[in-house]
Amino acid sequence: MKFGILVNEGPYTHQASDTAFKFAQAAIAQGHEVTRVFFYHDGVNNASRLTVPPVDDRHVVNRWAELGEKHGVDLVVCIAAAQRRGLLDDNEAKRQGRDANNIHPAFRISGLGQLVESGIQNDRLVTFGD
Amino acid sequence: MSDDMDMDEGGTIKKFMFVNRKAPYGTVYALEALEVVLISAAFEQDVSMAFVDDGVYQLMKGINTEATELKNFSKTYRALDGYDIEKLYVDQESLAARGLTEDDLLVDVTVMSSAELAAMMADQDVVISH
Amino acid sequence: MLHIINKSHSDRSIETVLRLATQGSAILLIEDAVYAATTGNVIAAKIQAAMADLKIYALKPDLDTRGMAGRVMEGITLVDYAGFVDLVAAQPNCQSWL
Repeated sequence: MKFGILVNEGPYTHQASDTAFKFAQAAIAQGHEVTRVFFYHDGVNNASRLTVPPVDDRHVVNRWAELGEKHGVDLVVCIAAAQRRGLLDDNEAKRQGRDANNIHPAFRISGLGQLVESGIQNDRLVTFGD
Repeated sequence: MSDDMDMDEGGTIKKFMFVNRKAPYGTVYALEALEVVLISAAFEQDVSMAFVDDGVYQLMKGINTEATELKNFSKTYRALDGYDIEKLYVDQESLAARGLTEDDLLVDVTVMSSAELAAMMADQDVVISH
Repeated sequence: MLHIINKSHSDRSIETVLRLATQGSAILLIEDAVYAATTGNVIAAKIQAAMADLKIYALKPDLDTRGMAGRVMEGITLVDYAGFVDLVAAQPNCQSWL
């Protein structure tokens, strides 16, 4: 079965990103495909390459990045939500005249169409949020 | 972005329901949820919106955001039918529990009983919540 | 439909879901919603009544995390994350109540 996932909240403040990750991990372990994880609202903060969580705690951002890289999961950050919250990749930073970028390279910025597409192309779309 | 322009999903039409349960302005979810709905119009899916619990407050007439300086997005609900998004379902019990009637709402809606709304939800392919 | 609820019963989501879930649906309690699966809580009676029409599940890792695994009501089925995935796959559609 093909799963799409929507994550509406950022790392640490809500359990949503953790639960979504554990779900994705379990789905993959059972031989399902998780084709895309779409990060919306504060969920875009899961793509920050600057997080420094305590060393004895899980690294939410890196965990998603590794899952994406190892299993070909498309990690997509909504451009509008990201801009509002100050998450910019290199292209966006240059386009907007900002002197820094902060999106982890394992994530890509794109439009809300990717979320709708995820609903159309997957067998199930599961939302994790608050 | 080219990935958003390719809307040919092989003719698949799914029933998408966007469920709104949160009041506007206290949080961003109502506004950002609307942005997804607008994008979905481009994908020619069978789209509906459900307003339940505090979500019914999103449709109030007479919203004036001058003093809070929050962005007033009431007109976006009125623009929905221009995007062929006409199925707006409002939960009767949620209206009643808030002392509201259809007359308090700024757009034409279909008010539904619990049983009607329950059946409608059960029939969806994709339900997106915020 | 699989109804996924994540907030504790202090929020009104569970009541709304019980009202809007059709017969034969399943409810999965995750994160803070697992407290609703425990004995003696204020909506226990409503949850038990709902079991006549709906199958109710709770995510065990979330119960363990909250020290509540030993207090689960009769009739609630515990699942792990693999079971969560199975539930989503088994029902034709799902809805998260946020």
